[in-house]
Formats: sequence, structure tokens, C-alpha cells
Amino acid sequence: MMNTDYLIVFVGMGLVTYVPRWFPLVFLSRRQLPQWLIEWLDFIPAAILSALVLPCLVTTGDPRHLDLLRHELLVAIPTFIFALKTRSLAGTVILGMFLFWLAGIFL
Amino acid sequence: MFQDQYRMNSDSKEQQVQWMPIMRDGMVAAWPICLGYFAIGLAFGVIAQKAGLHPLEIGIMSLLVFAGSAQFIGVSMLSSGAGFIPIVVTTFMVNLRHVLMSSSLSIYLRRINSGWLTLFAYGVTDESFAMNLTRFRDERWDWRRALVLNHTANIAWIGSTVAGGYCGQFIPAGAFGIDYALIAMFLCLLVFQLRGLLYAIIALIAGFLAVGISLIVPGNAYIIIASVIAATIGVFLRKSRFFTKREQGS
Repeated sequence: MMNTDYLIVFVGMGLVTYVPRWFPLVFLSRRQLPQWLIEWLDFIPAAILSALVLPCLVTTGDPRHLDLLRHELLVAIPTFIFALKTRSLAGTVILGMFLFWLAGIFL
Repeated sequence: MFQDQYRMNSDSKEQQVQWMPIMRDGMVAAWPICLGYFAIGLAFGVIAQKAGLHPLEIGIMSLLVFAGSAQFIGVSMLSSGAGFIPIVVTTFMVNLRHVLMSSSLSIYLRRINSGWLTLFAYGVTDESFAMNLTRFRDERWDWRRALVLNHTANIAWIGSTVAGGYCGQFIPAGAFGIDYALIAMFLCLLVFQLRGLLYAIIALIAGFLAVGISLIVPGNAYIIIASVIAATIGVFLRKSRFFTKREQGS
């Protein structure tokens, strides 16, 4: 059986998650954007990917603290170099997983 | 062959859209995301089930919310007895970063009717954003393929969270390094975004800011704050003489 209280919470969570995903798509895709905004948005992917991934590599715990000896960081270095050299997404994902698995066993 | 035919067809309504190659491309491109979602989804299913959610409830939650970290937080708040308003407000804050991603994607989604956009918006996640944006630069990518990718990832997410609710505890955590799939994917997609010195500088600024802010500010506001500051610095740097010259030179 579905708990109704849970369902209401999930609908609420879904709505506040959906609107920020939907609004810029509908609002911005209909408009002629100024040049500075196009340039700004052009930097967003590089910025956001880096902002997403780097803290995962060097911070841990709750409250978060810096930890430069994590397997995540150690594995990221060869994985990143591999991605730079080969530009292969499949290869990078597989190598990263393999090295992380090795690190878990041997380190 | 398919691609050539596809290009001719792409935006003329009179001609039939060929869905087969579109479905295939979208689903194939989604595989690293599915792999990562499989690992996280199983883990989420186990935790949600331990918090007292039925697998059906887990599936409904994944369908309605479709957001990894917000679902983890939501479930832990539910099990600690938090009310509707705190959970919904927290979810909103955690997922606000998608505003930046959808804004960035909007450049590639012009002249598409709002029904499709409404369906597309549902699937905007960190992972689908990163993958689609990288591929939109590739001429063979288009909104239909992106839409298929979004929904393939969504199905993988729902499926693996429900599976986790049923039998996740039987699968050893961290098997085959699968926990690293999404980090490796993000690293590679970041490499694809480094299309020159300026982008590398912006990525470095964003990364260091994000680490710094994440150590001070609780939650994940660091993602938005660091990205906005770094992109703004980027606009000013591009205006500066050094980069204007470099870009004309290259």
C-alpha cells in the first residue's frame, strides 16, 4: 500500500525540482539572448562540471573537511590524463572504475 | 547515411522523423549514466527500504522527483520525522542548480514546441546535462536524441532504485569500482569542455572556489556559487586584451 503522507511529500519534492528545470528552458529558448549572456552560459558547463567533481575528490565527511589522500583523488589523476590523451568517454569510465576497484583492494 | 537523411529531415514538419536511429543513438550515449545510476540507485533503494519505504513508494518517488542527492536527503529527513515544508524547501535548495543547466541547454533547444520542452525538462540532471551539452557541439546530436538519453537515464534510475529496495542488500557495495563510474564520466566530460586556455582557467577557478566554499557553507550551494562566479570572471577575462589577442591569433 502507498502511504498518502509520503505521496504528498514526493509530489511536493517533484514540483520544486521540476520548476527550476523547466522554467529556463521555456523562458530562454523563446528569446533572443544578449551576447554577454551567451558568453556567460558558454562558460557554465566547464565551471559547473569542475565545481561538481573537484569537491568529490578532495573533501569528505559531515561536516565536510579536506582530505587529499582519498582514493577518489588518487585515481582521478591517471583517469584525467587518460581522458586528455584519448578523449574516449568509454575508455575513461572503464579505466576509472578499474583503478578505483584496484585502489580499494590494494591501498 | 542515416545521419545525412536525418539532417535533411530534421526540422521540416512535412517529412517523417526517423525515430529508429534516434532511439539507438540516445540509448547508446546514455550507458555511462546508466552504469552510474545503477550503482547509486541500488544504494538509494537499500537505504530507502531500511527507512521504511516500500519498493513501490521508492519507484513513485524516483518517478516524481528524479534527483539523486535530493532523494537521499529527502528519505533521511522523512525517517527522522521532518515535516512537509522543511523537506520540500531543502529539496528546492538542493536542486536549484538545475536552473543553470537548463539555461545553458536552452541555447540548443530553440524553435521546439513547449510540449516537448516540458517533457525534456523532466530529464535534466547533472549527468544528462553534461552528456547532452557535450554532444550538442557535435553536429549529429539534436534535441530528439537528447530527449531519448534523458529518458533512458530516467528508466535506469527508477529501475535500479526499485531493485535496490527489493534486493540491494545482497549486492556487495563497491563491486567492480562501479561507484566511480559517474566521477570518471564527469572527469572526461570536463576534459571535453576545456576548449582552450580560458576554459581551463575558468574550470580551475570554479573547482577551487567550490572546494573552498563547500568547506564553509553546508549543503550544496557551493555548486551554484562557484559556477556563477567563475563564469562571470570568464566573461570579463574574455574581454581583456590578452585573450582577445589570443583568440584572434588562433
